[in-house]
Amino acid sequence: MLKMIVKRILQLIPVLLITMTITFVITRVLPGNPAVTILGPQASPEAIEAMEEEMGLNDPMPIQYLNYIKGIVTGDLGTSYRYNQPVAELLLDKLPNTLSLAMTSLIIALVIGIPVGILSAIKQYSIFDYVAMFLALVGVSMPAFWLGLMLVLVFSVNLGWLPTMGMGSLANGFGDVLIHLILPAFCLSTGSMANFARISRSSMLEVIDQDYMKAVRAKGIRETVVIMKHGFKNALPPIVTVLGMRIAALMTGAIMIEQIFNWPGIGRLIVDAINNNDFELIQGTVLFMAILYVFVNLLVDIAYLYLNPKVNYESERRAG
Amino acid sequence: MSDKPLLQVKDLKTHFFTASGVAKAVDGVTFSLDSGQTLGIVGESGSGKSVTSNSIMRLLPKNGRIVGGEILFEDKDIAKLKISDMLDIRGKDISMIFQDPMTALDPVFTIGSQIMEVINAHQKLSKKEARDYAIKVLGMVGIPDPEKRLKSYPHEFSGGMRQRVIIAMAIACHPKLIIADEPTTALDVTVQAQVLNLLKDLQKETGTAIILVTHNLGVVWRMCDSVMVMYAGKTVEYTDVRTLYSNPRHPYTWGLLKSMPKITDDPNVPLASIPGTPPDLKLTGGSCNFHNRCKYCQKICMQESPQMKEVEPGHFVACHFSKEELEKIGGSIDE
Amino acid sequence: MAATSSLSEQKQQEMLLKERRANNAWHKFVRNKSALVGFIMIVLVLLIAIFGPMLLKTDPAQMDLLNTYAKPGSPGHILGTDANGRDLLARLIHGARVSFIVAVGGMAVGAVIGILIGLVAGYCGGAVDAVFMRFMDGMSAFPFTLLALMLMTVLGGGVANVILAIGIASVPGYARMTRGQVLIVKNEEYIKAVKALGAGNPRILFRHLLPNVVSELIVYATLNVASAILTEASLSFLGMGITPPDVSWGSILQEGQECIQTASHVATFSGLCILVTVLGFNLFGDGIRDVLDPKMKK
Repeated sequence: MLKMIVKRILQLIPVLLITMTITFVITRVLPGNPAVTILGPQASPEAIEAMEEEMGLNDPMPIQYLNYIKGIVTGDLGTSYRYNQPVAELLLDKLPNTLSLAMTSLIIALVIGIPVGILSAIKQYSIFDYVAMFLALVGVSMPAFWLGLMLVLVFSVNLGWLPTMGMGSLANGFGDVLIHLILPAFCLSTGSMANFARISRSSMLEVIDQDYMKAVRAKGIRETVVIMKHGFKNALPPIVTVLGMRIAALMTGAIMIEQIFNWPGIGRLIVDAINNNDFELIQGTVLFMAILYVFVNLLVDIAYLYLNPKVNYESERRAG
Repeated sequence: MSDKPLLQVKDLKTHFFTASGVAKAVDGVTFSLDSGQTLGIVGESGSGKSVTSNSIMRLLPKNGRIVGGEILFEDKDIAKLKISDMLDIRGKDISMIFQDPMTALDPVFTIGSQIMEVINAHQKLSKKEARDYAIKVLGMVGIPDPEKRLKSYPHEFSGGMRQRVIIAMAIACHPKLIIADEPTTALDVTVQAQVLNLLKDLQKETGTAIILVTHNLGVVWRMCDSVMVMYAGKTVEYTDVRTLYSNPRHPYTWGLLKSMPKITDDPNVPLASIPGTPPDLKLTGGSCNFHNRCKYCQKICMQESPQMKEVEPGHFVACHFSKEELEKIGGSIDE
Repeated sequence: MAATSSLSEQKQQEMLLKERRANNAWHKFVRNKSALVGFIMIVLVLLIAIFGPMLLKTDPAQMDLLNTYAKPGSPGHILGTDANGRDLLARLIHGARVSFIVAVGGMAVGAVIGILIGLVAGYCGGAVDAVFMRFMDGMSAFPFTLLALMLMTVLGGGVANVILAIGIASVPGYARMTRGQVLIVKNEEYIKAVKALGAGNPRILFRHLLPNVVSELIVYATLNVASAILTEASLSFLGMGITPPDVSWGSILQEGQECIQTASHVATFSGLCILVTVLGFNLFGDGIRDVLDPKMKK
C-alpha cells in the first residue's frame, strides 16, 4: 500500500514539470511582450528595455526557464506588479476564502446529489427518477453564473432577503458570513450536485442487481442496509472519480461565482490580474490552481486504493 | 416436532410481468419436503427451477410476483408474509447457496465481516463471540487457518473456497432448510465433488433439509432422496430418486435420462438430445408445454394441459397418457 | 437437429426481423425519446442560427438611445432592448451564430489535433506514446476553463482566438480517448490479420483503426460541444472571449449582468438560450451513448 502511494507521488514529478513548462511556454513564448503588457502600448522603448531587464526577459530562454523552475521549487511564484507583493503571499491570503466557498459547495453537492441519485436508482423509472434526472440534466447544462444572476435577481434585488455582495465579516458574527455564503455556495454547487446525482444513479444501478446483493438479502438483511452498506460501498469508486473531476470544476466555477457575488477569493484575484495585465500574478495563480488540482487527484487515487481491495491487491502484486 | 412436512409447496404460481406479456415462469408446482431430507429440482435452464427457489426465499425481481398457491414452511404460509417478516426467516430458518461463488460474495467486504453479518442479524452475540463463532463455522466448512482468513477479501480465494465460505454463511444460523441453487455448476469437476460431500456431511451433522437445484441427474442420484423434474414452469414428474431411475414415466424425463453421458457409451455414437427448444413462457397454457418436443404428441396434448396424477404411491406424473398407453404408441425409454 | 418447433418458418422470419429492427441503431435512436428531443432542439437552434439573421432584418448593432431598457413585449422589440437600445432578439439570433461557430469550431480543432495525437501515440507506442501522453497529462492538469482562460490572455479576444483556445484545451480529452480505443482495437485479431496481409501503417490507422473508435468519439464530441458553449459563455462573461462588434450569448449575458437591476430580461434570455442549447446537446449525447453502447443503458 505505502509502496503504491510513494510510486504515485513519484509519478507526479514529470506531470508537475510539464505543467510548469506549459505555463512557462504559454506566457513567454507565445506572442506578446510582458513588459509592454505591463507598461502599456504608450511606454517608451527605454522604459520597456528597463522593464525587460528587470524581469529577466533579456536572458536566454533556457536561463529564464531554469530561474522560473528554481523560483517555483523555492516557493517563489513571482511578484505582482500591481500589488507589489509576492504572488504566493497574495494567494495564501485569498485561499481560505475560496476554499470555504468551494468546500461548502462541495458538501451541499454531496449531501443532496448522492442521496438523490441513489433514490433514483432504487426507484428507477418512477416519477421521482424522471424529475430528478431531468433536473440533473438541467443542472449540468446551465451556466452556474447565470443561475447566480437569476438568484440574485429574485432573492436580493426583488425580495431583498439575502445580501448580494461580498462575504460579510466574522466581526459581525458567524451568521453574517453564513448568510453571505448561501447564494454563492448553492450556485457553485449545482453543477456538481447534478453530476453526483447522475453518477450515483448509474453506478448504483450497476450494482443493485448483482448476485452478491441478492446474497445479502438472502441473509435476512433489511433492504435499506443492503443498499446503504453493500450497494453504496460497491458503487462508490466511480463517484470518487467524479469527485476528483468536480474539484477542478469547483475551482473554475469559483472564478465565475466570485465575480457575480464579489467574493474576495482566488477567482477574483485571477480576473483582476487578467484585467490589469498583472502578468506574474496570472502565471502564478494559474500554476497554483493546476498544482492544487494535481494533488487533489493524487488524493483521489489513494482513496481508490482504500475503496477497492481488488485494485489494491492487483497493483500490489504487480508492484511486488 | 409435528409429523407434518417441513415445507409444503402447493400449486405455486410465480409470474413475471414484462413489457411484452406475462411470463409464467412457475405455473403450478407442488412438492413437500421433510426435515433432514434432500429434494432435487431438475430441469433445463428456463424451466423455472431457480424461480421456484427464489419464490421460497421471496427474492424475486421487481417484476416477478407470486400470483397463486401456498408455500407452507412449518405450517406458516410464507408466500403471503410481509417482506419485513420474511427477514427473520431468511438466513436463519431458510438459507441459500448460490450458483456462482465468484459473484455471490461482496467484493469490498472481508469474508469475516460477511459471515458475521448473518450471525449478527439473527443472534445476539458480542463482537468477540460473533468472531469466534465465524471462525468455528469457517473451520466446519474446511477452510484452512480460518482465523487468519477472516480478514481476507473474496478475490483472494479460489472458486471452491469461496463456495465453502458461502456454505459457511448458509449454515451459520442452523437453518432448517438450505436451498442450493446449482451450487457446483460454476466449479471445476474435482471441486464439485468436494463441495457436494461437504454439503452431505453437514446435513448428516445438523439434520437440515436441502433443496438442490441442478440440471445434473448424476448429482441428484448421489445427493437426493426425492426429485422433481420441471419443464417450462410446471412439474412433470415428482417421486423418490429410486423410482425415477427405475420407473420413469414422463417422456421428458426419458429424454433427460437418455441425454446423460455414461462411461460405457460408445464414443462414436452421438449423445442423445431432446430436439427443439422450450416454449415461450408468455405463450404457455391450454396445451401440454412439452407437446412440440414430444415424440408421442397426440391431439389431446395440443388441446389440454395435463393434470398431475399419482400413478403409484408417491409417484406423480403430469402426462395425458399412462405408461401402458405410451407403450402402445411405441413409447419407451429405450426407444 | 430436427426442427420440431411449432413456430412456423414465417413466424421465425418475423421474429428475426423484429430482433434486427430492435438492434438497428436508427430505430433505437428514434425510440430513445431523450436523444430525439435533444436532436430536435439542436436542429431548431441551428436553423435559427443559420436562417434567423436572414429573416429578421433588424440590425443587432442598431442603437436607439431613446428606447433603452425596453421591456419584453415593447412594440418593435419582442424581447425588449438593452442598455444601448439595441433589439435583444436580433442580438440573440446573431449571438446564436457566433456561439455555434465557436463551440463547433473549438470542438473540431480539438478533435482533429487530439484524434491525430491519440492515433499516433496509441499506434506507435513506446517513446512516442510516452512523450505525447505525458504532455497531455500535463495539459489536463489544468482545469479546462482555466486553460482556455490562460490561452485567451495571451491570444487576446475575438472569435478565432476563442475557437483556438477552446480547441487546444479540448485536445487532451480526444487524445486520451482515441489512444485508449486504439490500444484496445490494436490487439484484436483482425487488425493483426490486416497487418499480416501487408497493409501500410497510415492505411491501417485510417481505414481500420479510426472507424472502430468513431462511435465513442461522436458521443464525446457531442458532449464536448455542450461544454464548449458553456466555456465560451464563461470566457465572454469575464470579458476574455468574444469582443464587439461580434456578439455571442456569453457577451450578451455579460452586458446583462451590468444592467441586472434595470433590465433583467437581457441576462435572463441570453442565459436561457445557453441553457436550452446545452441541454439539447447533452440530451442528444446521452441518448446516442445509450444507442451506440448498449452496456451503458440501464
